[in-house]
Amino acid sequence: MNSMVAVITSTVFAATPLIYAALGETVTEKAGMLNLGVEGMMLVGAVTGFAVGIKTGSLTLGLIAAAIAGIAMSLIFAVLTLSLQTNQVATGLALTLFGIGFSAFVGHDYAGMPIPSLPDLHLPGLTDLPVIGPLLFNYDVMVYLCIPLIFAVQWFLTRSHAGLKMRAIGESPSVAHSIGYPVLAVRYYAVMFGGASAGLAGAYLSLAQTPMWVEGMTAGKGWIALALVVFGTWKPLRVVLGALLFGGVTVMQLHAQGFGFSIPSEFLSMLPYVATIVVLVLICRNPKTILLNQPASLGRNFHPTA
Amino acid sequence: MTGVISPRLALTDISKRYPGVVANDGISLKVFPGEIHALLGENGAGKSTLMKIVYGVTKPDAGTILWENRYQNINSPAEARRLGIGMVFQHFSLFETLTVAENIALALDRRIKPVLLAEQIRDVSVRYGLPIDPRRLVHSMSVGERQRVEIVRCLLQTPKLLIMDEPTSVLTPQAVLTLFETLRRLSAEGCSILYISHKLDEIRALCDTATVLRGGRVSGRAIPAKESNQSLARMMIGADLPECRLMENTIGEVRIGIQRLSLRTEDPFGTTLKDINLAVHSGEIVGIAGVSGNGQKELLAALSGETIVAQPQSVLIDGHPAGRLNPAQRRHLGLSFVPEERLGRGAVPPMSLSYNALLTGSRRGMLRSGIVRKAIMRAFARNVIDLFKVKCNQEYSAASSLSGGNLQKYIVGRETLLQPRAIIVAQPTWGVDVGASMLIRQALIDLRNRGVAVLVISEELEELFMISDRIAVLAQGRLSQPVLLSDTSVEQIGQWMSGQFDTIESEREENELVPA
Repeated sequence: MNSMVAVITSTVFAATPLIYAALGETVTEKAGMLNLGVEGMMLVGAVTGFAVGIKTGSLTLGLIAAAIAGIAMSLIFAVLTLSLQTNQVATGLALTLFGIGFSAFVGHDYAGMPIPSLPDLHLPGLTDLPVIGPLLFNYDVMVYLCIPLIFAVQWFLTRSHAGLKMRAIGESPSVAHSIGYPVLAVRYYAVMFGGASAGLAGAYLSLAQTPMWVEGMTAGKGWIALALVVFGTWKPLRVVLGALLFGGVTVMQLHAQGFGFSIPSEFLSMLPYVATIVVLVLICRNPKTILLNQPASLGRNFHPTA
Repeated sequence: MTGVISPRLALTDISKRYPGVVANDGISLKVFPGEIHALLGENGAGKSTLMKIVYGVTKPDAGTILWENRYQNINSPAEARRLGIGMVFQHFSLFETLTVAENIALALDRRIKPVLLAEQIRDVSVRYGLPIDPRRLVHSMSVGERQRVEIVRCLLQTPKLLIMDEPTSVLTPQAVLTLFETLRRLSAEGCSILYISHKLDEIRALCDTATVLRGGRVSGRAIPAKESNQSLARMMIGADLPECRLMENTIGEVRIGIQRLSLRTEDPFGTTLKDINLAVHSGEIVGIAGVSGNGQKELLAALSGETIVAQPQSVLIDGHPAGRLNPAQRRHLGLSFVPEERLGRGAVPPMSLSYNALLTGSRRGMLRSGIVRKAIMRAFARNVIDLFKVKCNQEYSAASSLSGGNLQKYIVGRETLLQPRAIIVAQPTWGVDVGASMLIRQALIDLRNRGVAVLVISEELEELFMISDRIAVLAQGRLSQPVLLSDTSVEQIGQWMSGQFDTIESEREENELVPA
């Protein structure tokens, strides 16, 4: 029983940063913007959160700073692709490369420094309940903030008028422009939301999951988040489900290594990534789900004057 | 002004210049409450520019707009909508993956609760005989249904003036009648309608008054009911409507054969082809009518080779099974092909006309051991330009610099001079002016007279009735039995266009088509 609880809680733990990053990218892509810089934004968020956390001694300030750093990174992308009309794929890749280098540079002096981990909330009465307590009421604040965020994004995209406008812009920016919607402004906001979420996801790695700064510590999680958006066919709840599945496989392979199976650990560490690829291939086998849910203008620039 | 009804909209001396063209030159017109006013003219006569000015999309260089007796600058579509001007565009401005209600909510200037909006949509659609379900996704709707959405969207704003830009180009003849009823009801309620079209019959049936444009100027005003097609045409093109006639012709062997062609589409917005059978013989023109979106795109791709079909026998070119051949191999069998999109599929936009000749004409001596023989290529291009009177800056002009009609003449000319055994042409005169249309149609007829098999897929019924020997209808992915033109009528074809027909039985056709 206890090991089951441990598996589930560590799955949630592993999935949280993916949920943040993937939800942010879902919103960005729904507006028609393909930002491949998630990995870079996460790394800069991670190093910023860590540095501010150490300097100020406040993890809250660290998280806020990480979100701001993420927004700053995403603004680089937005200015280049929206105002200067550069290619989105190339710019996103460049942003990731920039993020890797920049975070390594800034984080050089912080490598290996200890920092207190983001504390688990202790809810008197609830946390002490047997089984239910550790299962539901023993996480840090970021996990709990995640839940309203999921539902807020879901509500925004499917129910709100602003979300409808944004989806319309992602579908056909030229038609939206002819009706009179500010395509570029909305796309700026969507990219910035993605940046803030990616920054928080990065900070969650350096302040909660492995409370320290290690160069390149995201280890491809930004790319996984991008894949999860497709995995979830641009639907927030499915994206979250995908993040939990990926987190689950990650945890399982850790436990499997712990049990000492005679499989090389490198092979086991590979499993979550193989699982992602397999699932993506299975989803893409049905072009209808992709065509109906993928924003039609994804990755394409829009010139309002044309 | 006592005793006299004042016009709802009065345009005075509207002018608009673009670099190199005068789109509108001192145009004046008046529209009264409840009047259905036709704006008649060829492509490029300045109709669209004028309507864009009224709808606030472009600003005039000179002239005044009087709206309900007040001088008015209309600076944006939103402002036009506030004044009570609604517009239904020729190319719809709908979001395919959203529902009807969501599409309408996006275009409304005020915010309405989704439940209330759905109710209002149902109310309006029932009142004007335009049934639509607000919850449906737009991509699953036919073109006619989409137009209803656009109209309902305008009507929800209770317009005083409704602009309809070529509304019937996408409708079956029956749907046109329904649309006319709706428009008449609107006009009876006092709504003015500006009806843009180049179809003379429709204007005579529907409109109270007409303003005719030619070359950016008003070339005539008329009461259409009192005019004939000929007199309206003279105002519109300055000459009598040219005609082309089909002479008796001997019909030879099957050059394009389609047998039991079924093709599932992977595209959720596409149409699945179901058991299509057709034989086009040497020396005849077969027209395929139908509203686009009924499988035209898929059928064309399957015939040109852009889509490979499973059974080689499904497509026969000059007797050879071609179902699994690619476009180049099919061209090698003597097939020529004029696609619907001129720029991008018919021609490479930034490349010169002579290089565009090389694209499909490479086998006509333009290549030697893989090296381009430029002299031959240029001579071929010059030949096309001369024979088809293409207006351009010699063979060096980029394809994208030609007007639609000129480029179409060039492409048809290029395909014709390749001396095909069979030719497939999609929408031959879409967006092409009357003069060029006639030249293109005559070119197709000449090919037929020389014994080429010609297959024309077009949305313009009038055109098909002008040039076809036999005519068939493609609706919902099924192809009707082809009928001799003398055995059918516009009404029957119109009815078939909504899918009510029997298809050819495959067995009988098969015996006829399989090469011995």
